Amino acid sequence: MPALTSHSIAELRALLDHRDVSAVEVARAHLDRIEALDDSTVNAMLTVTREHAEAQARAADARLAAGEAAPLLGVPMILKDVMITRGIRTTAGSKILENFRPIEDGTITRRLAEAGTVLLGKSNMDEFAMGSSTENSGFFPTRNPWDLERVPGGSSGGSAAAVGADFAPFALGTDTGGSIRQPAALCGVVGFKPTYGRVSRYGLIAFASSLDQIGPFTRTVEDCALVMNAIAGHDACDSTSLQAPVPDYRRALGSEPSLKGVRLALPREYFDVQGVEPGVEAAVKAAIAHLESLGAELGEVSLPHTKYGVATYYLVAPAECSANLARYDGVKYSLSIREPGASLWDVYERSRGEGFGREVKRRIILGTYALSSGYYDAYYLKAQKVRTLIKQDFDRVFEDFDAVVGPTSPNVAFPLGAKTQDPLAMYLNDLFTIPTSLAGLPGISVPAGLADGLPVGLQIIGKALDEAGVLRIAHAFEQSTQWHTERSPIATRALDTVER
Amino acid sequence: MGVPPGVHIFDSSKLMTTTAETRVQSADTTRYEAVIGLECHVQLATRSKMFCGCPTDYAGSPPNTHVCPICLGMPGVLPVINRAAVESTLMTGLAIHATIPAATKFDRKNYPYPDLVKGYQISQYDLPLVKGGWIEISVDNTTRRINLERVHLEEDTGKLTHAPGGSLVDFNRAGMPLMEMVSQPDLRSPAEARAYLQKLRAILRTLGVSGADMEKGQLRCDVNVSLRPVGEAKLGTKVEVKNLNSFRAVQRALEYEIVRQAAALDAGEKIPQETRGWVEDRGVTVSQRSKEEAHDYRYFPEPDLPPIFVEEAWLARLREQLPELPDARRARYMRDFGLGAYDAEALSTDQWAARLFEDTVGAGADAKKAANWIQNDVARLRDAASDGQVLEAGHLAELLKLVDDGVIGISVARQVLPTVYATGRAPRAIVEEQGLGQVSDTGALEQTVRSVLAANPAPVADYRAGKLTAINFLKGQVMKASRGKANPGVVEELLKQLLEQTGTQFSN
Repeated sequence: MPALTSHSIAELRALLDHRDVSAVEVARAHLDRIEALDDSTVNAMLTVTREHAEAQARAADARLAAGEAAPLLGVPMILKDVMITRGIRTTAGSKILENFRPIEDGTITRRLAEAGTVLLGKSNMDEFAMGSSTENSGFFPTRNPWDLERVPGGSSGGSAAAVGADFAPFALGTDTGGSIRQPAALCGVVGFKPTYGRVSRYGLIAFASSLDQIGPFTRTVEDCALVMNAIAGHDACDSTSLQAPVPDYRRALGSEPSLKGVRLALPREYFDVQGVEPGVEAAVKAAIAHLESLGAELGEVSLPHTKYGVATYYLVAPAECSANLARYDGVKYSLSIREPGASLWDVYERSRGEGFGREVKRRIILGTYALSSGYYDAYYLKAQKVRTLIKQDFDRVFEDFDAVVGPTSPNVAFPLGAKTQDPLAMYLNDLFTIPTSLAGLPGISVPAGLADGLPVGLQIIGKALDEAGVLRIAHAFEQSTQWHTERSPIATRALDTVER
Repeated sequence: MGVPPGVHIFDSSKLMTTTAETRVQSADTTRYEAVIGLECHVQLATRSKMFCGCPTDYAGSPPNTHVCPICLGMPGVLPVINRAAVESTLMTGLAIHATIPAATKFDRKNYPYPDLVKGYQISQYDLPLVKGGWIEISVDNTTRRINLERVHLEEDTGKLTHAPGGSLVDFNRAGMPLMEMVSQPDLRSPAEARAYLQKLRAILRTLGVSGADMEKGQLRCDVNVSLRPVGEAKLGTKVEVKNLNSFRAVQRALEYEIVRQAAALDAGEKIPQETRGWVEDRGVTVSQRSKEEAHDYRYFPEPDLPPIFVEEAWLARLREQLPELPDARRARYMRDFGLGAYDAEALSTDQWAARLFEDTVGAGADAKKAANWIQNDVARLRDAASDGQVLEAGHLAELLKLVDDGVIGISVARQVLPTVYATGRAPRAIVEEQGLGQVSDTGALEQTVRSVLAANPAPVADYRAGKLTAINFLKGQVMKASRGKANPGVVEELLKQLLEQTGTQFSN
């Protein structure tokens, strides 16, 4: 029998419902694995919540014993440390929140708890979700389970690496410009950013409010659909959350891996462009050929404003973050450095100066500048206009197509430290994911091959609120390929060879 | 105040009497015209705060007891717009004849301060809920329209208390709905500024959107004031004055500023653009911040809140809910009750007085008498009374009827009113219980009159010698002896009768 930790949610469901295992056993198997492996391998976790997890697992077992059937009841999971958890330290990857314990749960944390999931812990991330490698964590970098000398991507690198290392069947991340899809691609797992507003942001520590969106990391598309069923839907506490009805995503997957009649757009700007690694390009082209073999109709299109995506993003997101991070001032819950005789401004400067890392400061400065009197029109306002143009690019394509496909990231996982001295090179990692975020569209990354033994992700972008369509295409691809069964060396490392 | 009707030039002769303790000795302010604009912050009387569910009844509560993660700006929280606050603002807009744009949004106003939990205030920048509008004011029988620039909605900040060794912050007020009403620089005197504020308060109270009590901080006001030579079209450099916590403070601060600026201009100095603070106990303004230190607030659209679309149907519904406003009420009082302009204005701008007036008249009292009583005796009692004491209109009407019927005289009525006010008991019962009914029975009064005449031989002699006004003194003595109960008419008749009986001697 395979290890409990290698199962998908769907498989665990069967085991739990048949009472072959208890939720406590499932939780302990994952906790044991995290505790045995994490520190010496990927460093995915910032906080492991064993006691809390065991209590939740016992409660899940009681609900199971009472005959309750619920899709995620007793299923363990990990949350990116940017989602607030009552009484459990929530750092957003920053020293400035090193000892912050929220007094309430966020909406999604609460919904998942009600669904019966078991929180194993909080995952590492780039500080305040700013980064593409998780090297900007205020604590330590996370490593890629496929190659410990390489980055897992970011900013949700901890969640991606955790799922890729079999620490949990699912984890949640957040995506502002690619922070779910890019690490999913680099860690060889499924990562989904829903439509902006589909999943409540209440309890998500804000980076860029008009872009941030919570979404799942899983090892299969079916699991992704199951998690989406639990987290999608309107929340009165988030005024930007959408009122639209939520379909049953799992049912929408369909049973046949057929894409007959599905029209897929291939943006010229996503192929044959400088900076895309040949291995990635080859894998993605092969994946697209496979999609065609499933019956999809392909068409080349143009998303002409793609080239402005990164520049636009690096005005809008920093502008919003410059305001969102203003509350960490050393006066309230955050790190506070107060020396005798220090003025208020001294406290602000010292606390923020020492609490924030370089990338966060860089973006606060960028954003503050972009919003400043005399520069607003030239930068922030112009960026918002370009954002509209980027959205219109997609609108035009969706008049004739059901989805857009292309690479998730221009490259596979790169070595630790390779891009830390070159912010622009780091930013270009998100070239293909940023436009989707700016347009607020749903986008998924699914494993689509290996290049030099490292995972490549295929990105599928859908119309606003058409998560079901995106998941169906991804599912058809996945079920007719073997890429999702490729496991990282850490995932395949059995626990008893390490510890016992 | 002595502002010449129709001319909006400041009257300096009145000025020096109210600005007692000033460094500025005097200045000839008649050479200048004051240009004044008011920026008012109105705390809305909603049940919950602007963006969270916290109750708004924090007055008198210990610090930081009416707070939640949202109004504390904790990481991860999001605001939700209070619909009642939006409606209160729209109602205010309708009441001041303003334009209500079809689309509006919230913006973030960025500045760091410990009383501002998020480091930004959710406010409105370029698309306020309400644009334009006007308020009519009457000063010295001249009625003028004062235009407004805009009315917008925002959240209040917390409150800092500076103590030795550090500062304390109370977030009970943080996130309270605050309506900012900005006038155009249409006001020309401190008296007009005060009238504007009073009319504004009347409108807000009539709408029920705010308690608008300046002492409680529900209505706060900053003023902008500049001077220019009379006849000059170009505006002078404006100075903003903050920290004005009463109508009196607004008026005094403006009076002070006008003299200060006039003196500076007379001395050939330039007025620097700055923010000054009013120091109540010294009666002066002091410089707080120059223009160079002004903030760049870096406004940008609040991404956590969707725009608000104000549909015509919504506005129509709110328009139907509009109560009768002070100006309409004033016109009605003049038309239907025959009140003069002064009485009508005073009553119509005071929600409490207006209600009492109408109810008292409704209970059968004469309108002019009721108006008179309410503005004098009742107003004095109300100023001195503690909260919760109410005067029933029926009781006031009854009191006036007792006077009309001759049961009691005016002086007894004045004597009885405080008891009615304090106890809530009916005047008739009090009059009967205390035996205050007016004595009109000549038989009963004659003995008293005779005693008074006996005790005052000199005035009696005066009267008889032809100095007829001496009767007034004697009448007063009789009234006093009867503790005000004697019917003055009957007393006078009796006095005349007895005094004219020549040769009659009075003895004790």
